[in-house]
Amino acid sequence: MPDTAAHLDGNCLAGPLSEILSVEATDAWWRCPECARSGPLAELHVYGPEPGLTARCPGCAHVALRLVREERYVWLTLGGGAGAFRFAVA
Amino acid sequence: MNSFSPGFQGRARQVADKLPPGQYPTESFPVLSAGPTPKVPVESWQFTVTTETGRTHAWTWDQMMALPQQETVQDIHCVTRWSKFDTRWRGVSLDTFFEDVETAADYVVVSSYGGYTTNLPLEDLLDGQAWLVHTFDDFPLSPEHGGPARLLVPHLYFWKSAKWVQGIQLTDEDEPGFWESVGYHNYGDPWREQRNWGD
Amino acid sequence: MAVVWRRARLVERVPQNATARTLVFTVPGWPGHLPGQHVDVRLTADDGYQAVRSYSLAAPADGNRVELGVQAVPDGEVSPYLADALPVGSEVEVRGPLGNWFVWRPGRTEPVLLVGGGSGVVPLTAMVRAHRQSLSRGAFHLLYSVRSADDAWYREDLADGHPDLDVRLVYTRKAPPGTARAPGRVTAADLAEATAGLLPASPVYVCGPTGFVEAVGDLLTGLGRDPATIRTERFG
Repeated sequence: MPDTAAHLDGNCLAGPLSEILSVEATDAWWRCPECARSGPLAELHVYGPEPGLTARCPGCAHVALRLVREERYVWLTLGGGAGAFRFAVA
Repeated sequence: MNSFSPGFQGRARQVADKLPPGQYPTESFPVLSAGPTPKVPVESWQFTVTTETGRTHAWTWDQMMALPQQETVQDIHCVTRWSKFDTRWRGVSLDTFFEDVETAADYVVVSSYGGYTTNLPLEDLLDGQAWLVHTFDDFPLSPEHGGPARLLVPHLYFWKSAKWVQGIQLTDEDEPGFWESVGYHNYGDPWREQRNWGD
Repeated sequence: MAVVWRRARLVERVPQNATARTLVFTVPGWPGHLPGQHVDVRLTADDGYQAVRSYSLAAPADGNRVELGVQAVPDGEVSPYLADALPVGSEVEVRGPLGNWFVWRPGRTEPVLLVGGGSGVVPLTAMVRAHRQSLSRGAFHLLYSVRSADDAWYREDLADGHPDLDVRLVYTRKAPPGTARAPGRVTAADLAEATAGLLPASPVYVCGPTGFVEAVGDLLTGLGRDPATIRTERFG
């Protein structure tokens, strides 16, 4: 089980995701491919913000998404693997 | 001069002799995490080096502790801009683990309990540049700082010094790890300020 | 929805306790917000370095007026600056409103329980104030955990005695003289009392430090509350 020391929750992803999504994301529904738990993005456990945001399943810690903000780009992976999208932002 | 937030400085970002560009010195030891802290009992701990041909070299905790131990004092630099001077560690030089490893590979992927990975050129782990450390300031390394054992590669940004290290896979190609695959630099030299992919 | 950075001018700073402040900004073009939503605040140093932090909105929408709750964190990079150094009359940038999950929508009529720990009461206060404005018939219950009476935020808004709000204060370190409950963390008994007026499907909003939110969530599910009715927001 995840520990509780360091994580925030998916509510804090609203601002970072607003830079690349046109729909408010925190009530988006997600189902964990590892443990089948489901719920809104707002309830994911989020580690960060530095060096990047890592959102994990609250049940089994499977990585749901990762987001890194650098000067001109937002990097996003859905899931924990490679294959990031790099979005150019202001 | 910008018109927002007058007088806001952020933390000091001055450059001193020991301070790479864009860093600030800190006395504290910040904890950054990308996931829950793994609890790894030393009884079941194992460290492996696996070659590109699939040959695995493995050490239990007791076997690792029986290897020649070194004490080393190093400055460490985190990509989140803090640097900490004169940190004191005890552990085993990576040269010792690689003594009997036959390989022609140029790169490694380091993996950790909990799933973290990071990639480096093999040559950056050798010749007295890297350690597997289990003691910090004379105390067993705490889980939040990567205990029971972490990698220490102080000449690169600290995300390369993987916490909760479990194994090293030798690879012919440079495979981006956890942070390297979401925009962080593949090599990460703090003196050249190689923070992001394009730096 | 386009979320953009907007200039925000500090017009008022109100101390809430020794380290907590509410900051009132005017934000031209502010599109309005729902109680429970937050904003990101961006500070820029002279050399271009920027820092972004999230703060909860403490009051319902009121034209261009935006009220934030800021708890100064010792050794923090941003919060001590906002709490005490940013001059009244000067500007920062804000982005929002943000969040669509931890919100209470005026017009809902079922009873609601709010559980706040420390500065976690800030977004809950926006809900209490919006509820008061909306003249909703549904009862609002608040369980507010603070270290001592001196640490409480919004003592007037959250005082017991408002007919539309049932307040229970839990003192974790030091209770004022005459308090029946001994100081200590929120217990199952505290939550059993606070949930007594709820229906099975009534929403519960929990906000506070991560450990507080985890503990309260576990106690609530232990009391038989449906996890799907519990909405949480964690910080630090």
